[in-house]
Amino acid sequence: MNMIPTNYYLVLSAILFGLGVIAFAFKRNIIVIFMSIELMLNAVNLAFVAFSQAMGKLDGQVFVLFVIVVAAAEATVGLGIIILTARNRQSLNIERVDLLKL
Amino acid sequence: MSSFLSTNALLIITLVKIALLLFIVLTVNAYLTWFERKVVAHIQSRWGPHRVGPHGLLQPLADGLKFLFKEDPTPAGADKFVYFLAPLLSLALALTSIAVIPFGPAPIHLFGRDIYLGIADLNMGILALFAITALGVYGVALAGWSSNSKYPLLGGLRSSAQMISYELSLTMSVVGVLLMAGSFNLREIINAQAHHPQWGIFGWNIWPQILGFICFFVSAIAETNRVPFDLPEAESELVAGFHTEYASFKFAMFFIAEYTSMITVSCLCAILFFGGWLSPFPATSTWAVTHYLPSLLLIPFGLWVMWDGIRYETIFGRLILPAIGTAIAAAGAALLYFPEVNEFIQGPFWLLSKVFVFLFIYVWMRGTLPRLRYDQLMNVGWKLLLPVSIANVIITAFAILKWGAR
Amino acid sequence: MTPQLGIFSVLAALSVLGALSLILQKHPIHSALSLIVVMVSLAGLYLLMGAEFVAAVQIIVYGGAIMVLFVFVIMLLNAGVEEHTNLSKLAGIAGIPLTVALAGFIAAAIGRSGEAVQAAAQTGAVSSTRDISTMLFKDFVYPFELTSVLILVAILGAIVLAQREK
Repeated sequence: MNMIPTNYYLVLSAILFGLGVIAFAFKRNIIVIFMSIELMLNAVNLAFVAFSQAMGKLDGQVFVLFVIVVAAAEATVGLGIIILTARNRQSLNIERVDLLKL
Repeated sequence: MSSFLSTNALLIITLVKIALLLFIVLTVNAYLTWFERKVVAHIQSRWGPHRVGPHGLLQPLADGLKFLFKEDPTPAGADKFVYFLAPLLSLALALTSIAVIPFGPAPIHLFGRDIYLGIADLNMGILALFAITALGVYGVALAGWSSNSKYPLLGGLRSSAQMISYELSLTMSVVGVLLMAGSFNLREIINAQAHHPQWGIFGWNIWPQILGFICFFVSAIAETNRVPFDLPEAESELVAGFHTEYASFKFAMFFIAEYTSMITVSCLCAILFFGGWLSPFPATSTWAVTHYLPSLLLIPFGLWVMWDGIRYETIFGRLILPAIGTAIAAAGAALLYFPEVNEFIQGPFWLLSKVFVFLFIYVWMRGTLPRLRYDQLMNVGWKLLLPVSIANVIITAFAILKWGAR
Repeated sequence: MTPQLGIFSVLAALSVLGALSLILQKHPIHSALSLIVVMVSLAGLYLLMGAEFVAAVQIIVYGGAIMVLFVFVIMLLNAGVEEHTNLSKLAGIAGIPLTVALAGFIAAAIGRSGEAVQAAAQTGAVSSTRDISTMLFKDFVYPFELTSVLILVAILGAIVLAQREK
């Protein structure tokens, strides 16, 4: 059976991570910036699983489970904060939320 | 040509199976709507559809034609891409979930290959089903939002909140069965219930897992948005909930998705808790006479349809119904003449009868029970079903530690 | 072109297109849908590698719960189309070439990396859930319990944040 070299998965992971960084740096909407964080986490998960399968050990996959759980907890609290902030400032644009004072 | 067929045989067989299963599922869907209308009508002391074709049997055809030809307006200001995507997503996910269900134990031997009944025998069959169910929330939420209207938005949000709440108890209530079977594979789960073939009905998972079954069934009804949990789409409450602004064919897609998920859940109930394709009679040789039960049921039913058809009101009925009855009785008689076919048909026959019983219970509940209010609904999901299903997992784990997985 | 390479190319292209669509779409709900496409195609890639439990957890938790949360928040906050200010245009012109160069550099470095990584082809073995759970409850039991506490803290935080003002 012809397996796909681990390289291919790592390059894909790097490309996705780079796209996540671009989205994080250049989008104005808070929620889309949050989603780019999730994209970066997903890219890292892909690298974890690729290495886990290359080495034949399952540590990578167990760690992926932890990453997913931590991402869930972070998304929960982060979106709660975003809802409150958006209600206070009436806007989802990060350029309006860059001062501690209202 | 023949070498192309033989190298790609698996792909071609799978494509043929998919086409066949799609055709069967869509037909069963259509006649399930007929069945539901008839049963609910008889519960309410009226006739139900009985003019379009004999006994209203052509009603689904008429409904289908109506759905194709009705006007299909798009609301102003609706997000067009998401508006078109939502029913498509619902339908695709509902139809995909039928792929993992095994319909029978024995393979068909054709062209020198063993063809198993069931499209994909995944080692993580149950997990795949839960994954597809989890994605089903999007169809509802996006439909409600993209209609650009108050009632669908509220109905969609309520519906999707209900679906994600009941997903938890749905998955937890199955964990007991998985602990006993030791695998996610649906065929393995059925075979684990056949561990003691001489117990027959007493070997099924329903006896040790009665709590799990009740949690699963109630959660599944809430998950598919059926009565008594259909407040978000009830007609007297929120106009029609998340599918208010959908007409003709897109509404038909939501409709088919709902009935298909009903069928999938009934299949799952039968497989996980009621032995799937196992016969309720013990599988020893003294009970071998029960193998004639399919014929014993089909032949009198066919004769009754014939007799009822001969004295039917319309001439069309007097032609069609005896023909259908003859076909059914002939199928029953053919089973008596071909014992290998009879053996092969045992598994699918028992699975389909159990699925039929569960579908009847679904429709029965629709005709009998009142709806739950939304806060009562969420209370039941979070405060009653989730703790009970977790307790079921703990009790099952203790029992397995003490007595082994049996 | 073996079937696996074909499936890999399709899924990889789908995930990159989804990520590009996340950046290029104007409405946040379309970005959310693109991210869901990325996650489902990544789950497909995990299945291709044989990690079936991780693929199922990815769809159920990430695609079926976290992204549903994102979609709910976008609906509740009635997020609209993004506005473009002068600052963002300036940053875009200066920054995008640099970021593309960064990602390209990483990808080239990986592609040209040493024999150890390149020769390590995938084992192709399907990982069993039983082994993952044994490892989770034996070697990783401490992080496992910690993540349970983390989830509890996150739930409490969300409830506190969502309370109405008294």
